[in-house]
Amino acid sequence: MARTLITVPRTAKRDEIIEIRALVQHSMETGYRRSSDGDLLPRDLIRRFTCRFVPRVAANSNAASTAGDLIFAATFHAAIAANPYLSFNLRATTSGTLVFSWEGDNGLAQTETVSLLIA
Amino acid sequence: MQPSTQALQKDDTQNPAMLWVKDGEALWNKPEGAAAKSCASCHGEISRMKSVATRYPAYSSTQRKVINLSQQVNLCRVTQQQASQWPADHESLLGLEAAIAKESRGLPISPPTQRQLADAQKHGEALFNQRVGQVDLSCRDCHETLAGKKLGGNVIPQGHATGYPIYRLEWQSVGSLQRRLRGCMTAVRAEPYTHGAKELIDLEAYLAKRAAGMKLESPGVRP
Repeated sequence: MARTLITVPRTAKRDEIIEIRALVQHSMETGYRRSSDGDLLPRDLIRRFTCRFVPRVAANSNAASTAGDLIFAATFHAAIAANPYLSFNLRATTSGTLVFSWEGDNGLAQTETVSLLIA
Repeated sequence: MQPSTQALQKDDTQNPAMLWVKDGEALWNKPEGAAAKSCASCHGEISRMKSVATRYPAYSSTQRKVINLSQQVNLCRVTQQQASQWPADHESLLGLEAAIAKESRGLPISPPTQRQLADAQKHGEALFNQRVGQVDLSCRDCHETLAGKKLGGNVIPQGHATGYPIYRLEWQSVGSLQRRLRGCMTAVRAEPYTHGAKELIDLEAYLAKRAAGMKLESPGVRP
């Protein structure tokens, strides 16, 4: 399990633009480097990062998608530094949950969730 | 240090070393070894480690030698937890060290007054001033005489070890002061001392004396 450090304000005002920061511990091994023994180090990259927003379902609502809306996505390649850090903005309209996921080589699939409350 | 590197260090939400600190804080409460004790079993909350990192390296009366913080952590592992030692620069060891050092952030580096430590500092100072390697440079040549000038585009720092363990952008990971010292020795084409060697501990002890009074800023970020 890769360790992550996600920064989202706990609460925000309606229509406020909030900054979201996501840092993940990952070696981002390019596949071009060699070890001290001369062996090629196998490639190990994060391939894709997505952040989705799942609005909190109102009790009387029946039209809510569980997958949520994609608010940010990034495709990673070799030559992106280890422990990649991303920051992006979101206009907060309703309370809900932010779902962060990192996918990559060697079956990497990590998901973290953070809730956001609109005051 | 560039303003961008300083900004990375100052902001805990951006500082990549905080990932190691989080690892260390989790390890603090995790029971380990045959004794199934965690660090917290003896020491309590990690916040009680405040100011501990400012005094290392220090003389250990049980070991009868000067030891640094990572050796103290390993000592606790062996004697208290009855677990195996971590090798030098092991991820968990660095994490625990970073988490402990973070508790002393902003406090002045204050080596204790001990006769044995004074001997180590003296020996360390001699090593600091000793020219080594094919390039024939001493620590002092670069980090005092030429400090502030440029070496291949980088400013030569004064060599105050105030942020260890550091996240070094070149390493793309967290590393110890000994790793840094060994890197310098390789760069001047000298044979580096092995991890944990008395010479490296003595150098660390002298660097702590030299930086005494400066604020600890662990976990640091360096280029």
